Amino acid sequence: MEQGTQTLKSGLAQMLKGGVIMDVVTPEHAKIAEAAGACAVMALERVPADIRAQGGVARMSDPTIISAIIEAVSIPVMAKCRIGHFVEAQVLEALGVDYIDESEVLTPADENHHVWKHDFKVPFVCGCRDLGEALRRISEGAAMIRTKGEAGTGNIVEAVRHMRAVQDGIRKLQNMPEDELPAEAKNLGAPIELVREVHRTGKLPVVNFAAGGIATPADAALMMQLGAEGVFVGSGIFKSSDPAKRAGAIVRATTHFRDARLIAEVSRGLGEAMPGLDIKAIPKEELLAPRGW
Amino acid sequence: MALRIGVLALQGAFAEHVVMLGRLGVDPVEVRLPPQLSGLDALIIPGGESTSISLLMSEYGFLAPVENMAKSGFPVWGTCAGLIVLSRLTPGSYPHTMQVMDIEVKRNAFGRQVDSFETDLHIPGLGPDAFHGIFIRAPRISKVGAAVDVLCKLPDGEPVAARQGKLLCCSFHPELGNDTRFHRYFVDMVTTST
Repeated sequence: MEQGTQTLKSGLAQMLKGGVIMDVVTPEHAKIAEAAGACAVMALERVPADIRAQGGVARMSDPTIISAIIEAVSIPVMAKCRIGHFVEAQVLEALGVDYIDESEVLTPADENHHVWKHDFKVPFVCGCRDLGEALRRISEGAAMIRTKGEAGTGNIVEAVRHMRAVQDGIRKLQNMPEDELPAEAKNLGAPIELVREVHRTGKLPVVNFAAGGIATPADAALMMQLGAEGVFVGSGIFKSSDPAKRAGAIVRATTHFRDARLIAEVSRGLGEAMPGLDIKAIPKEELLAPRGW
Repeated sequence: MALRIGVLALQGAFAEHVVMLGRLGVDPVEVRLPPQLSGLDALIIPGGESTSISLLMSEYGFLAPVENMAKSGFPVWGTCAGLIVLSRLTPGSYPHTMQVMDIEVKRNAFGRQVDSFETDLHIPGLGPDAFHGIFIRAPRISKVGAAVDVLCKLPDGEPVAARQGKLLCCSFHPELGNDTRFHRYFVDMVTTST
């Protein structure tokens, strides 16, 4: 019998596909998310919009909150550690979380090195802005990838940019002659073995979700049509005026992402979406996506 | 004419089943709404999150038609979350299931993700070679009725795959990996009359 293998780590992400992973800050939120059809929840102290508004150093959540959320629901529970903070990751593994998000939403603990994720039994998801970043995280042991987007803005533009960049990178590799792959690996800053694998298969070796700025059912379906295999919704649900209704609508739009009539139906009367932010209005040093490499 | 086997595509690892069926020369159909059930020879309910899948099945009106089809001899195979949907849950647990197989299931009974495991299984119906079983936050089959044949057990005697007439279930994931024998077993079950 084997445990903690790459098959089991990436396999759980495969089971989450076609689903919505929702940020929650209380057990009550977690139950609302589960009842709305979320395939997993992300246990947090503060949603990204509040982290952005309050500033300061954002760290791993209090274990009390994470444990209470684990107790409250039967679906998988994820939690975030800071980039490079392998002890926060060890703590989250000890708490029994099902997935760790090594997240740019928290303040990085290491500006040079991400967590060496192969050392863990628990699987990790990491953010990326393009194919090179995705493959660097996978080489460190990430078993699932998501776009970074720009968390806490309710603005989908960065997630779209990142998803298109990943897909463009994959298409480019697929059509490249084999003798040009080493130079492209150098351009991407990614290991040649993974570059060859993507060239051969035409897809990432792990599941790829969308995250960062999803606020409406149409946003979720947009990301799915662009090639995401599922979505994370952070502030978009519990910063809206009717979280339960919006959560359910985003789940349904993610399942039926090519069915515009159905997306129209679930989008009716959802109340106010979260207030959004124009990315250009955010000072450069306050952007989250450039954290990590 | 090729068999048409539907894969319920509401949430979870449905694409993996579609690939496996394609390798066996079957015509796979992704099923997202009940009208797509018509004209199928069989249905697979994939692994995924059983709460999400059963909630969406209930909301989009799948439960009654699939239950009626299953009771009238239509072949259905549930893997992991799909097994939960076909079974009866231990009392007091969420979500609601179809209860068409006479087995009782406890969700996440092997533990959390760090307790997930892979192990070689011996399944007499698949020939002498071991079948690699991938168990991810797997449910546990806690009770088996008289009409149910257990197809495979863990070394400690725990049942992990079972069949009742044309209904098939397993608590692991034959859709992950490259071994198509379990899918072949289901296809053979669909094509034979007994």
